[in-house]
This record gives sequence, C-alpha cells and structure tokens, in this order.
Amino acid sequence: MNRREFNRLLSAGAIAGILPKSSFAFSSIKPNYDLPQKGNARLLHITDCHAQLNPIYFREPNVNIGLNQAFGRTPHVVGEAFLKKNNVTQSSIEAHAFTYLNFNSAAKEYGKIGGFAHLSTLIKSLRSSAGGTENTLLLDGGDTWQGSATAYWSRGKDMVQAANLLGVDVMTGHWEFTYQDEEVFSNVDDFNGEFLAQNIKLTEDALFEGKRSHDEDTGHVFKPYTIKELNGHRIAIIGQAFPYTPVANPKRFIPDWTFGIQNQDLQELVNAIKDEERPDAIIVLSHNGMDVDLKLAAVVTGIDFILGGHTHDGVPIPVVVKNSGGQTVVTNAGSNGKFVGVLDLNLDNGQLKGYEYKLLPVFSNFIEHDAEMTALIAEIRKPHLDTLTEELAVTESLLYRRGNFNGTFDQLICDALRHELNAEISLSPGFRWGTTVLPGQAITFEHVMDQTCITYPETYARDMLGNEIKAILEDVADNLFHPDPFYQQGGDMVRVGGMNYICDPTASFGNRISRMTLDNGKTIDANKYYKVAGWATVGSKAPGKPIWEVVSSYLRNQKVVNITKINSPELRNVKNNPGIVL
Amino acid sequence: MAISRRKFLNMLTIGSAACLTLLTPISAFAAWASDAFNATKPEDAYKNLFGSSDLAQSDEVKLKVPKIAENGGAVPVSVKTSMKNVESISIFVKDNPQPLTATFQIPAGTIPDISTRIRLAQTSTVTAVIKAGGKLYSKSQEVKVTIGGCGG
Repeated sequence: MNRREFNRLLSAGAIAGILPKSSFAFSSIKPNYDLPQKGNARLLHITDCHAQLNPIYFREPNVNIGLNQAFGRTPHVVGEAFLKKNNVTQSSIEAHAFTYLNFNSAAKEYGKIGGFAHLSTLIKSLRSSAGGTENTLLLDGGDTWQGSATAYWSRGKDMVQAANLLGVDVMTGHWEFTYQDEEVFSNVDDFNGEFLAQNIKLTEDALFEGKRSHDEDTGHVFKPYTIKELNGHRIAIIGQAFPYTPVANPKRFIPDWTFGIQNQDLQELVNAIKDEERPDAIIVLSHNGMDVDLKLAAVVTGIDFILGGHTHDGVPIPVVVKNSGGQTVVTNAGSNGKFVGVLDLNLDNGQLKGYEYKLLPVFSNFIEHDAEMTALIAEIRKPHLDTLTEELAVTESLLYRRGNFNGTFDQLICDALRHELNAEISLSPGFRWGTTVLPGQAITFEHVMDQTCITYPETYARDMLGNEIKAILEDVADNLFHPDPFYQQGGDMVRVGGMNYICDPTASFGNRISRMTLDNGKTIDANKYYKVAGWATVGSKAPGKPIWEVVSSYLRNQKVVNITKINSPELRNVKNNPGIVL
Repeated sequence: MAISRRKFLNMLTIGSAACLTLLTPISAFAAWASDAFNATKPEDAYKNLFGSSDLAQSDEVKLKVPKIAENGGAVPVSVKTSMKNVESISIFVKDNPQPLTATFQIPAGTIPDISTRIRLAQTSTVTAVIKAGGKLYSKSQEVKVTIGGCGG
C-alpha cells in the first residue's frame, strides 16, 4: 500500500458519493473509498466472509506466532509491531481495522464492519471507477457458505443468492465442502460465477464408479482455471481450495474427493496455461492460508499473484516472493467482510507492467447500504428473526475468538461444556471465524451461532486418559507450529477448559506440551481417566446435543457473563516474538 | 482421445482377468523376499533386499505422496523416473513395524511408473528406492498422520 497517499486521502475530507449522510457524528476521521483506477484491469478480492450478511464486530488477534522463517514476517506481527511493520499511524482508523489495539473504544467510535449491503455499494463504486464490470472482476476466496445461522439452516443457499447479487465472478472453497457433496454441487449449480479448484480430484474408486466430475480424464471435480478477458487483456484465474479439508473437517460429507496442496500439478497447470492460453497475467485465488501461499510462491514459478485467504490475515502490504522464474506477489484479505482487496493491473502486450494493491477496510457506518441487497438479507432473515434475536445473557467482558490460543468466547464455550455436561475438562476447536461481542452487549442466539454453527456440531462427554489428552494437544500443536508450512494443517490451537499447561511452540513434535494440571492445581496423571467434554468431532458423529444448545442453555442460566479466567497455556521460548502480546 | 478414462478403466478390469498383469510380483521371480519384508529396521530391510544400504539421494526419483495423509490406512503413493535400466522400485516406511512395504520388479522395456496405496501406522518418512544399472537411488518425504480437526 502507498501509505503516504492513503494518509493524505484519509484526511482529505468529503469524497465519493457513497457515504451515508448521517455517518460523521461518530468520528472526525473518515476512510477513503474513492480509488481512481491505476492501469487497465481491476481485480476485487474478498475472502472468508463466513456468511456474515450483516455488519458485525471483529477483533484481530494479539497472538499470531511465527517461528523459524516466519518469525516477525507478515502476517506474524500483532499490535504495535504490526503498526510499525506496515507504517500504520497509531490510533488511526486503519490501526483499528488491522489490530486489536484499543479495541473496545475504537469499535464504539468507528462502529461495525462489513455487511453485504455495504460491501455491495462499495464494490459497485470500485467497479464503476474502473470502467464497470467489463474491466473488473470480483473474486471470492471461499468460506462464504458457512458461519451464520441462516447459512447453516439454508445449507449455504442464502449465501449463494447473496454472492450472486453481489456479482461474484469466481470463487473457490473450504467450509463449502462441509455440506454433503450433493448439496455442494447444487450450490455450485445455483452460483452464477465459476467455482474453481485445481487441487480437488475424484478418488480412483469414485472415478471408476462414474461419480460427477468436471473432467473425467483429469479427474478434476471442479473446473481448475478460467480465462477472463478484461479491457482486451486475458487474465488466467486458477482456483486453489483448502488443501486439508478432509483432514481438518469431516471426510464423510465428501467421501469421493481427494485434496492436497498439489504444487507439482499446479506448476504443470501454470506451464500449460502459459503455452496454450497466452494470458497477460496468471492469478491464483487461494484458500491455502498465508504461510502455505508464501511457500507455494517460492516453489512454483510463473504465477503473478496469489490472492489468499483462510488465515484471516488483514495484510495491507503484499509480500513479494522471489523464485527461480521471477517473483510472485502474495496477499491475504482478512475475514468476515471486513476488507476488500483492490488490485489494479497494468497489462501491456502479454505482460504485467505494474500493479497497485490496496486492502480497504469496510466500515459500515461510512458506506450507504445497497437497497436491493438489504431487501434480500431481510427476506433471508425474516422467518428466523425471533430465534436469531433472542437475548440469552449480557456480557461484561469483550468476547472474541481469533488468536493462536483461547479467546474469551472460546473460554465461554469451554465453561458451558464443562458445566452442562458435568466434565472436568473441555475441548473446543481452534477455528478462526466467529464474531466479536462488546462489553455491555446482549449475547444473542445469533452470536452463539456465529461461533458454533457447523454441520458436525454434536457434543460428547467421555473418559480420556491423561496421556490421550496430551496426545491430542501435541497433535494439534504440530499442525499449528510445524516448521514446514506445507505440514501445517490449518487451524489454531485446540481450546481447553478446566486445565492448564505449558506450551513451547519451538519444541519438536511430542515435546511442546508439558506440566498439564487441572484448574484445582492437581497434576494430570498420564494413566488416569478424566471426564472430557467437547464438540466438532471429524471422525464420526458424536452422540450429544448440538453445541449451540449447550451454550444457549448455559447462558440463559448465567444471565450475566464475565470471563475472569482464561485457560491459555503458559508459553515458553517466544518471549521476544513480535507475533505475541500478552 | 475417443475413449473416456472411465471406459478405459472399465476395459482394463474386464481385460485383466484374461491377461497377465504387466508388473509381475516379485514372488513369481524368486523366493519371497521374507528376510527383507520381515526386517524391523530400514537398514536391515535395505541390506536384505538389495545386499546393500548404500543409497544415493536423487531428484530423478519422482516420489508423489501426500504431506498430510487424508487416511493413514490407505495413502496413495506413486513413483516414477526417467532413469535408464531400471530393475526395481521399492517403497519403505521408516516407522512402520516392518518398513519394506512393496517392491516392484521392472522388466526391461517397461516404463518405470508405479502407483499403489500404503498403510502408515503413524507419522513417518516414506522412502522410494529405485535400483537402476546396479545402483540404488532414493527419494524421501515425511508423511504426517494426524487425528485431524480444528481446521480454520
């Protein structure tokens, strides 16, 4: 990002006809949404909206540890270190968008972020200032059909409607594949844009049985790439779905599909596209996550841009990665409708001559809503409105999830599990999605669904040996802290309730977790059984009630929530890591 | 190609009942290499199979196997090479109770390109060894077997 220009524009005052009349009471600082086109083709990128149709709050992490090569490297910087690395002014509206700093007061000052009605106005404006839909593309990196109650109840259909109205041209996926495969195909068929994935193929058995595929010679389940013509220039877009979906999420919904990073296939595909299609630029629309994308950019040549998602990192300054064929620029566009990435390309004679990238924070109070989208959202929500708006309790604490270890909302879920299922210890998955609730706000059923609505929500309570619990923690810690990003499976650390431990992220597999104790201080014995409650089992369906029923029941009884103890581990050997502020 | 991949695969299965398989298992050539298959350490398995554990790492051995297994019970693995005079292709899983998992004899004139599924007891290094012109060439990769879950 060109900071000087951004800052100048921030203070420039009245701009663009998209601002609502009543927004200025909140703050004297206004974001600038007037971006004249640079170059001759504009790509707009959104990712990981997690089905948040309405504006919400979303707090960025204070723990996002990077180790080895990733130490202090984007996106593993938080708080002040983030501001410094990205030349963002202290206490600015940008600082609020990209970091957790002064979250409560800044959230009150600047208001909610995202929302499809506001996104729609902004995207229309960004398209029209670049010559309209003829010269622009809207790319969606996925995690669009999951994350809200209405998406869960409609099996993603509400989001397909909203994405169609928003005008999404191309998308790829991850949580999309947590619906049954037939439902995924039905949604893809209803989607007006193209659904791409070079790294999803039918298993050999499924191919043999003649299951649905895009191409039975190559085995691709979905179209791997597309060519779009913008302003007379040919742009190749390759889809890269989340490579570890059948490991991180249940395989039982998509038994016929096999994933993986497939960097060798990607290299062959890039080479073939260059030879056969002669595009002016090659873009990978990726759901790998930032660290995987950075490594991919180093090992695969010929890609101009990797527009990334999955890890929810708001990255204002893209990372330029050198490789043996030249360079690849890697971005990540955050989550929850909070950002729109604007990539202006200057293409000439089959070549990329230059580019300009901006990651625009979407502050809903500063953007007029789009009436048509507002009407669609109202129609989607209408049958469920009473259920969604039920106020279960009031929170005195800020409730959020995002971060390597327990967020306060995770702690609430873990406390609810222990209390309602009468367990000593609770486990909750380290997802990156889930909206934020401010102190003093009512916790609605919708908030609970924002944190929990998955297609495998069933809870369990069972006896586990101390060493089994350790094995789980070690396994998940390795999926997060493995030195090679291609071996990182994709989520944050499993959240725990009722127990404490020491974690050394820098240690080797099997040696990161130590000194496990119960909340009462007693050591967890490797050979003793403990009653453990949890949810979101990937192997087989758990027997208990859905997690949102457990949490809602707990909240109705609690009436007031105040999170005083967080079961985050005590960390070792990361004292000077710029990816952590405690 | 006028014939689809699915039809081709179907034809192969129908045909395979009537013809000999292209790659004949080692047992048809010699006594079952029981010493090699029963060895519990990779070094012993190499020695018992090849008479040597002197492996030269080579990028000419094209090993394709997932970095994280979707199912540790059936991990797809394929090995190919453009090397000449290939005699055999073998697959070893370092931390399996018996590391030697499969060995394929490659008769002269056969394209050295095999694929199969292997079972991993736990996270382990998988090594493909190609014997060509009397020498041993290898390529290794770690394959992670995880309990899964928690993905972003």
